[in-house]
Amino acid sequence: MASTDTATTVRKDDLAGLEAGLDALDAVELRRTPVREVLLKKVLPPSLAVLLVLAVWQLLVSAKVTEETKLPAPSAVWDGLADMWLQGTLLDVIWTSVSRGLSGFLLALAIGTPLGLLVARVKFVRAAIGPILSGLQSLPSVAWVPPAVLWFGLNDAMMYTVILLGAVPSIANGLVSGVDQVPPLFLRAGRTLGATGLKGTWHVVLPAALPGYLAGLKQGWAFSWRSLMAAEIIASSPDLGLGLGQLLENGRNNIDLPGVFLAILLILVVGIAIDLLIFSPLERWVLRSRGLLVK
Amino acid sequence: MATTLAKAAEGTAVEQTHAARIEHVSKSFSGPAGTQLVLDDVSLDVAPGEFVTLLGASGCGKSTLLNLVAGLDRPTQGSIATPGGRPALMFQEHALFPWLTAGKNIELALRLRGLPRAERRPEAERLLELVRLGGAYGKRVHELSGGMRQRVALARALAQDSQLLLMDEPFAALDAITRDVLHGELTRVWEETNLSVLFVTHNVREAVRLAQRVVLLSSRPGRVAKEWTVDIAQPRRIEDADVAELSLEITDHLRGEIRRHGQH
Ligand SMILES: Nc1ncnc2c1ncn2[C@@H]1O[C@H](COP(=O)(O)OP(=O)(O)O)[C@@H](O)[C@H]1O
Ligand SMILES: [Mg+2]
Repeated sequence: MASTDTATTVRKDDLAGLEAGLDALDAVELRRTPVREVLLKKVLPPSLAVLLVLAVWQLLVSAKVTEETKLPAPSAVWDGLADMWLQGTLLDVIWTSVSRGLSGFLLALAIGTPLGLLVARVKFVRAAIGPILSGLQSLPSVAWVPPAVLWFGLNDAMMYTVILLGAVPSIANGLVSGVDQVPPLFLRAGRTLGATGLKGTWHVVLPAALPGYLAGLKQGWAFSWRSLMAAEIIASSPDLGLGLGQLLENGRNNIDLPGVFLAILLILVVGIAIDLLIFSPLERWVLRSRGLLVK
Repeated sequence: MATTLAKAAEGTAVEQTHAARIEHVSKSFSGPAGTQLVLDDVSLDVAPGEFVTLLGASGCGKSTLLNLVAGLDRPTQGSIATPGGRPALMFQEHALFPWLTAGKNIELALRLRGLPRAERRPEAERLLELVRLGGAYGKRVHELSGGMRQRVALARALAQDSQLLLMDEPFAALDAITRDVLHGELTRVWEETNLSVLFVTHNVREAVRLAQRVVLLSSRPGRVAKEWTVDIAQPRRIEDADVAELSLEITDHLRGEIRRHGQH
């Protein structure tokens, strides 16, 4: 008996050692990218692209391809920006639009999320409004401006209505496709662990659907921002305060092309900045933590 | 530290005669091409603390049967009883949740089982220790190797504190060396916990390496074709002569079962 016992322990010890070796060999090494590399690969290329665009622009102006009233010089646009900054109106104008856009987006989030969940999980609701919801995504939200003006007049309620009609379908659809793409294996694993019904939704379905949901949020923000600009341009009124859309419309009314260019650039920059500052990091963090992001 | 699993299994072993009882179970799927009978009158008992492997060619209905025992699907006819409650189930894919760390995956199972919050972390660490992954608590799933993932999946299955562990070809996707090691781990864990295991595989040697009893399932429809009791002392190795000898015998039967289908 003694000899079999020692044989057993030898074998078992062997196993532990072997296993430790395998684990060490198999371990996935993760490396953080150094700041220099990030600057070189992520920051440099877009910066160069912007510089190139500015250079070509300046070149066209210097070559006098067309009259200055049709193509303002970059410096004229820059002067406009500096003026607004010195008058102290720049941040106010941006904030008027951004605060509207973000609160509209948050409202859309609060409506779109439960709606998406309902469509994704309740067959009847999906059959009833699923197609309408995805169809609404292809309707340009600017189409909602005229009815919204007729319903509410020229006020914030009308702006928010347009934002909601633009963003809610994106957010809801993002969640629906996120839920649809949850691997059935996760659902089965969840069920064997006892995660059924609401527990299953909370512990398995929602976290598994998060990447699709975030993609929907990103798109939802883009739609919010676009809808808001459309609403501000079409329905500008002194009562609404000066936002970026009104700035653009004012530029047109005053035949101030540098002002128009400035407004367009600001709209673009703010839209990109919100995406870069909020949504992209969120998405990258989620994907990275799941090993879904190579590099 | 005595395992609660072992205690639970011992406690009920006195009262219960089986960990799973499959009685005259048939299962058919209806599809566009008509109704397909996948399992036909399958009866099988797993005794408390017993290790049974269910062996059969691909597509013979092994996963179907396991899903029925797990309660993920219902039999067309017959009945299945698992007196020890909802069985734990391990898949060929690890099925760990990638949004949670290894430790949190286990804690989720503990939470769903109703363990109070304060006890979850120590219990999760004990279970990771049990599969020799003491340092893996904070690791993300994608940071673990295939073998480590299956060990975490085993720990998560054990976290359910179920008396019956169902395993559906859990090592089929692993390389041979890792699989060998995991065979050793599974045997050790099974001995330490006194779990009942119903282990599905199409690999004859794996079946013999692990089991006390090997049940061969025929194909189309799946029926219990033959059973073998494996009287070889653990720890076995897959290369052992006794294992090889019995494997040869079983392989001949399996081939015979498969050959029957080519004869018309
Ligand atoms: N949900 C299902 N619907 C229709 N047919 C199925 C379903 N699940 C399994 N089958 C069929 O049942 C048979 C057995 O499948 P399975 O149990 O997965 O086999 P195994 O696990 O032994 O390889 C296969 O022919 C498969 O096509
Ligand atoms: Mg299978």
